[in-house]
Amino acid sequence: MLGFRQLDQLAARGTRIHRLDARAKVLVVLVFIVTVVSFGRYELSAMVPFFLFPVAVVVLADLPAGFIARKVALVIPFAAAIGIFNPLFDREIQLYLGSFAVSGGWLSCASIVLRATLTVTAAVILVAVTGFTAVCEALERLGMPHPLAVQLLFMHRYLFVLADAAARASRARELRAFGTRGMGMGPFASMAGHLLLKSWERAERIHMAMLARGFQGTFHLQRGSGFGLPELSFLVSWTALFMILRFTNIPLSIGHAVTVFFNAGRLVP
Amino acid sequence: MHMADALVSPAVGGVMWAVSAGAVAYSSARLRKDTDERRVPLMGVMGAFLFAAQMINFSIPGTGSSGHLGGGLLLAILLGPHAALLAITGVLIVQALFFADGGLLALGCNIFNMGVIPAFLVYPLVYKKLAGQRPAGTRLSFAVIVSAVLTLQLGPFAVVLETLFSGLSALPFTTFLLLMQPVHLAIGLVEGVVTAAIVSFVYLARPELMHAGLQPALPVAYPLRNLVVGFLCAAILTGGVVSLVASKDPDGLEWAITRVAGTAELKAPDNRLHAWLAGLQETVSFLPDYAFKHPAVVEQQAPASRAAETAGTSLAGIVGVMITLLLLMLGGALLKRVRATA
Repeated sequence: MLGFRQLDQLAARGTRIHRLDARAKVLVVLVFIVTVVSFGRYELSAMVPFFLFPVAVVVLADLPAGFIARKVALVIPFAAAIGIFNPLFDREIQLYLGSFAVSGGWLSCASIVLRATLTVTAAVILVAVTGFTAVCEALERLGMPHPLAVQLLFMHRYLFVLADAAARASRARELRAFGTRGMGMGPFASMAGHLLLKSWERAERIHMAMLARGFQGTFHLQRGSGFGLPELSFLVSWTALFMILRFTNIPLSIGHAVTVFFNAGRLVP
Repeated sequence: MHMADALVSPAVGGVMWAVSAGAVAYSSARLRKDTDERRVPLMGVMGAFLFAAQMINFSIPGTGSSGHLGGGLLLAILLGPHAALLAITGVLIVQALFFADGGLLALGCNIFNMGVIPAFLVYPLVYKKLAGQRPAGTRLSFAVIVSAVLTLQLGPFAVVLETLFSGLSALPFTTFLLLMQPVHLAIGLVEGVVTAAIVSFVYLARPELMHAGLQPALPVAYPLRNLVVGFLCAAILTGGVVSLVASKDPDGLEWAITRVAGTAELKAPDNRLHAWLAGLQETVSFLPDYAFKHPAVVEQQAPASRAAETAGTSLAGIVGVMITLLLLMLGGALLKRVRATA
C-alpha cells in the first residue's frame, strides 16, 4: 500500500510531462501497449528499442528509476510463471548461438517476460506522471461511462481510509491470536462482515453529507488543461516513433552493420 | 487469476475489451435510470472495502497456507449485478494501474472473467435460482458456495481459452486446463465458505441491506435480458475470437488448431459468416495492416524466414540488442545530466 501512495505523490510534481493533458498520456500508453503486444511470439530484438519510451519519460519527468524498477520487478514473476511452461512444450530449435541451440520455447518465454516488463512499466509510469484522478477524468472524456468514473473517484478516495481500518483490525487480531488460534475463516468472516457494515454505513453518511452540500451526481473537477498543440505533438510524435520501431528492426540492422564491418575487416588482410 | 498484457494478443484483447465495454455501458445505463441514488457512493466504498478485505489474510484449515477474499460474487449479492460490475471494474482498473496486477489491454479479459461471469452469468442464472426470493440459513449458504465454485471454474476456463487464442503461451489446452481447474476448485470452495459466512453475517445483522441488491431497481424481468446478453457475449466471444485467430499468422493458428482439434488443417469456415466477420474486423481493427496480412503471402514467407534465422542473423540480433540497450542507457544518463545542470 505504501507504493500506492508514493505513486500518487509522484504525480503531484510539475514537469513538462506532468503538465500535459492526461488524455494525451493515456492514449500514448495505450498505443505503446498495443504496439508492443502486437509482435509475434518469438520476437525479441525488435522489442528492445521500445524501452526508449519508459527511459525517456522517467528522465524527462524526473521519476525515481529505482522505485519504478522495484515496482515492475514485483509483478514480472506472475507473467514468467506462465511463460516458463513454454520451453517444456515448444522444443523446436529456432536458432544457434555458436554450438548452443535455443528452442522456440525459451525464445517465446523470454519474449513474454520482455513484453510484460514493457507493458507493466508503461502502466506504472502513466500513473506516476498523471495521477489517478486525472487518469479517471481522461478516461471519462474519452468515453468511459459517467457512473463508472464517479465510482472510481469514490473508491480511490476511500481506499486509504478503509485500508487503514483493515490494517488496524488485522494487526489487533494478530496481537491477540497467539499463533494460529483465531486466524481461521470464522473470525475472518465476522471481521470482514463488521468492516463491511461499517463501510456501508459510512457510505450512507457520506452520501447524506454530500447531498446536504448540493451534490447532484457529478464531481466538479478542476479542468485547467485542454488538448492543445503540446498534447497533439506528444501524441503524434510518439505514435509515429512506435510505428517506425514496430515495422523496422533497428537492433538487427545495427548488428548486421557491425558484424559485416568486422567480417569485412577480417577479410581484407 | 489476473491475465497480464504479456499473454494477450491484440485480437483477443480487443474482442474482450469490446465485450466488457458493452457490459459496462449496459450496466451504467441501467444505473442511470436507478431511482436509488445511494448506490453510486455505495459502489465506490464497497470497491474500497474489497481492497481492504483482501489485506486481511486467514488461514485455510488443513493446508497451512493462507488465503484472501476475491469478492466478485459477494458484491453481486450485496449490490445487484449492475452496480457490482461497475464496482469490480473499478477494482480491476485500480489493480491494473497501481499494482500492475493485470494490464490495460488485458483489462477487458479480466473484467469479463471476474466481473461479467459472476454478475451476469452466475448471479442471475444460478444464485438467484438456488437462493429463491427470501434467502436465509442453510439454503443461502448452499447457494453462495455453489455459485462461488461455479464462478471460480468458469473464470479460469475463460482464462485458459483467452490464453490459448492469444497463442503466446505454448501450454497445451488440456495441460493448462488440468493445471487451472483443480486449483481453482479448492480456491472456489474457500471463497464460497467465506462469502457465505459474510453474507449470513450481514443478513443477521442488517437484513434490510440484503434487499437493496435483491430487488431489481426497475420492475423488469431481467433474467431473460441477462440471458440474452450472456448468449450475445458468448457468441461475439467465440465468433470474434475464432475468426480473428483464423486471420492471424499461421504459426499461432496452426498451433491453436493442432492443440484443439488434433489436426494441423483448419476446415474452411462458413463462408458468409467468415466474410462478414472479416469485413467487420477490417473496419474495426486497430492495426489493420498487422492483423490482416494476406494469409497466402504470410504462409509462403513464414517458413522461409524462419529457416533464414541462421547463426549469422541471431548473432547480428544479439549484437544489435546490446548496442541498442547501451545507447538507451547512455542517452538516459546524458539527458539526466543535462537536466540536472540546466
